[in-house]
Amino acid sequence: MAESPAYTYHPRWLRRRVSTYWWLEKWSYFAFVLREGSCLFVAWFVVYLLLLIWRVLQGDAAYQEFLAWSARPSVLVLDIVSFLFLVYHAITFFDAAPRALVVHVGSKRVPQQLVGASHYAAWLVASAVVFWLVLGA
Amino acid sequence: MRDHITLQVARYLPEKQSEPTFDEHEVPCPKDWVVLDGLNYIKDRIDGTLSYRWSCRMGICGSCGMTVNGEPKLTCATFLADYAPGPLRIEPLRNFPIIRDLIVDIGDFMRKLVAVKPFIVRRYEKPLSDGEYLQTPDELDEYKQFSMCINCMLCYAACPIYGLDPKFIGPAAIALAQRYNLDNRDEGAAQRMDVLNEHAGIWGCTFVGECTKVCPKNVDPAGAIQRYKLTGAVESMKAFFMPRGA
Repeated sequence: MAESPAYTYHPRWLRRRVSTYWWLEKWSYFAFVLREGSCLFVAWFVVYLLLLIWRVLQGDAAYQEFLAWSARPSVLVLDIVSFLFLVYHAITFFDAAPRALVVHVGSKRVPQQLVGASHYAAWLVASAVVFWLVLGA
Repeated sequence: MRDHITLQVARYLPEKQSEPTFDEHEVPCPKDWVVLDGLNYIKDRIDGTLSYRWSCRMGICGSCGMTVNGEPKLTCATFLADYAPGPLRIEPLRNFPIIRDLIVDIGDFMRKLVAVKPFIVRRYEKPLSDGEYLQTPDELDEYKQFSMCINCMLCYAACPIYGLDPKFIGPAAIALAQRYNLDNRDEGAAQRMDVLNEHAGIWGCTFVGECTKVCPKNVDPAGAIQRYKLTGAVESMKAFFMPRGA
């Protein structure tokens, strides 16, 4: 909003600065910061997946080496924490999606619950495919 | 005393003090009294110098928003008995400059509201002889939720983004822009998008979601903003890939 007028100044009006630790004042603010922070763990999983593909392309020895590295306690703990944050990220994203995505069929609006449920259904199908690829194939 | 409750009311007298203080008063607490009744009791019988805004007493005018025990509330719709045995701490709305006691300056919000053109914009008004602009119940339902906004500014008080960056146009103004964008009689969406498709507009929102939680009218400003972002992103992509407006 480029043409937005400046904040009115009055010498007697009291302005209070928002605390640097505003996100600790309420659980909902903290949950929001956790959700934003979960992006870092999503990024880590992308990097991890790319590393995995890179090592697989280098051959069996490199792949076994990657597996051994992944089994190290520090990497394992990081991956478990990342997984938990990833689930949190996905759930908060799916909860937000129906509010941003308004779908119409003809002139009728599709209920928000149905839009949300379709996200979870897609997640379930994608997870089933991954399980089938990893364990079944 | 079970039939009374203690109100800790913030006082800020700019001619006398540089920081707010709190005055404590015992007020009656019948089950049908709201916080505003308690404040009126103080003003009428204990301390006539207390300053605060109010008007309709029925959750329509949006004047009596204050911070009650840390939460932004309409004081005409917040019952004292729900906070028994108390005490209740009543402060001005957060994120706005305090003028006196419980009164904040709302000029910033009013300017932002005007900037989003919260009215029906038409390229050409049809003549009266052509009759009214018709609207089906389904078309009404598209924007009705956003039209319930009463400009009480509780959402601004709850929004940490607005507190940190006062340039952010804020939840209610964006929700009201959506109210008119989604009205089939309106043709001003492009003009509003010019104002809102900016960092200080829809993209300033990081979706904390508190605006929706505190809204006394269930407007869901956070949902309105996320929906607007989707529209804004699509418009930006169209402008990038189809610069000639194909």
